[in-house]
Amino acid sequence: MKSRIPVVLLACGSFNPITNMHLRLFEVARDHLHQTGVYQVIAGIISPVNDKYGKKDLTAAQHRVAMARLALQTSDWIRVDPWESEQAQWMETVKVLRHHHSELLRSLPQTEGPGDKPVSPAPAAVPELKLLCGADVLKTFQIPGLWRDAHVQEIVEKFGLVCVGRAGHDPEEYILKSPILRKYQHNIHLAREPVQNDISATYVRRALGQGQSVKYLLPDSVITYIKDHKLYTND
Amino acid sequence: MENSEKTEVVLLACGSFNPITNMHLRLFELAKDYMNGTGKYRVIKGIISPVGDAYKKKGLIPAHHRVIMAELATKNSKWVEVDTWESLQNEWVETAKVLRHHQEKLEASNSDNQQDSPSLERSGRKRKWTEQREDFSQKKPPQPKMKGMPEVKLLCGADFLESFGIPNLWKSEDIAQIVGGYGLICITRAGNDAQKFIYESDVLWKHRSNIHLVNEWITNDISSTKIRRALRRGQSIRYLVPDLVQEYIEKHNLYSSESEDRNAGVILAPLERNTAEAKS
Repeated sequence: MKSRIPVVLLACGSFNPITNMHLRLFEVARDHLHQTGVYQVIAGIISPVNDKYGKKDLTAAQHRVAMARLALQTSDWIRVDPWESEQAQWMETVKVLRHHHSELLRSLPQTEGPGDKPVSPAPAAVPELKLLCGADVLKTFQIPGLWRDAHVQEIVEKFGLVCVGRAGHDPEEYILKSPILRKYQHNIHLAREPVQNDISATYVRRALGQGQSVKYLLPDSVITYIKDHKLYTND
Repeated sequence: MENSEKTEVVLLACGSFNPITNMHLRLFELAKDYMNGTGKYRVIKGIISPVGDAYKKKGLIPAHHRVIMAELATKNSKWVEVDTWESLQNEWVETAKVLRHHQEKLEASNSDNQQDSPSLERSGRKRKWTEQREDFSQKKPPQPKMKGMPEVKLLCGADFLESFGIPNLWKSEDIAQIVGGYGLICITRAGNDAQKFIYESDVLWKHRSNIHLVNEWITNDISSTKIRRALRRGQSIRYLVPDLVQEYIEKHNLYSSESEDRNAGVILAPLERNTAEAKS
């Protein structure tokens, strides 16, 4: 078999709380990249946003990280990384990508070459880090003032984007409308979720506040955690 | 106590469950929240009743696998359980009969529990139950439920309601019995299609007070058909079905293009039966 390019998927977001839909993004993206025949997804990272992000109703990062960790207990390839949430300040997504990219390079096995010179690893073994997002994030690139053009460019040029959209939606349009995205569209992978699934964390929080069941929308272990810590109650 | 005035409800979901998905499980949660929220009902139990193999639906894998998957899926539920009675019948059983079976079973167990009691009121109840049994055997339309007895109601998605309109799939008296005698809880997408369907059907309109439409505010498109398709294509079904179900499917390699061809070209049992009855 031709050697494939190893890929690590990074998802940034609130995860307030993590739902089955977030977990599906990873599964769908991995299937899509594998079907290209070019990539081999070796890991997934969930990076919950910092508390300083200041989003309304954002539960403390400590809880959001703990819930993601519980949700991923049964996954053998996705993990949560608290680094972003532990920083003193909120930071731009591109900086989170830079951090994880340097971590990846650092963790590569440093093979000792002859003459005690460290040999840089074979190029094929260097994993690519790609940002995983829902197709709605592509849309936000167009919102004035939300993203810096230089950052969008760095994300698509240096790293790459894997977008999961629903059947019926047309993320190509967002790409064609933006000169930067258009230029780097070879680095943007559009995956389609074959099963429409609108579980939003907002819906989950509202249902929890109203005392309604959220079972089967998020893992049981996360629901237990929410109840034990009395998160997302209306008061 | 407030609870004693509420009608106890048992939710029964009939279907292929080929395989059971998180969407099936959500139907129960949504229906329970809705019924309890009316203040008039208290949902005490949910029953999943996988259809028997004699249903002859295309791609239907053997009932014992479908039952085991449903059992695995409800392992962590405190109130939903699987019942194998329907799946163990040699012939396909009409949904109205499955409802009757479960209503009778409930009434029998309730009256067993009360047998030792010397209370007049309770023995009166029991007599009533015997009378009801006779009514059932004479195939009369169902009768009003005994006071204080739990009521079995059919839980379904909007597509089920609309299947009432498919020629020969349902006997009209069965539809009348289901909606008139037992009641329907139908989970629908936000929008009015189900209401319109009820409005346009005389029998559903007549019994509309017995049809509870529950809005599902988030689109949940997980269907068993899509799960089987994803499996045939080697795509992940993780987080769409419970982990234990996914493991079971993989372990037994349940869904393939071969399994999808089961019953290919065979007429669905209700169509076969109802068409034959219409001709005779």
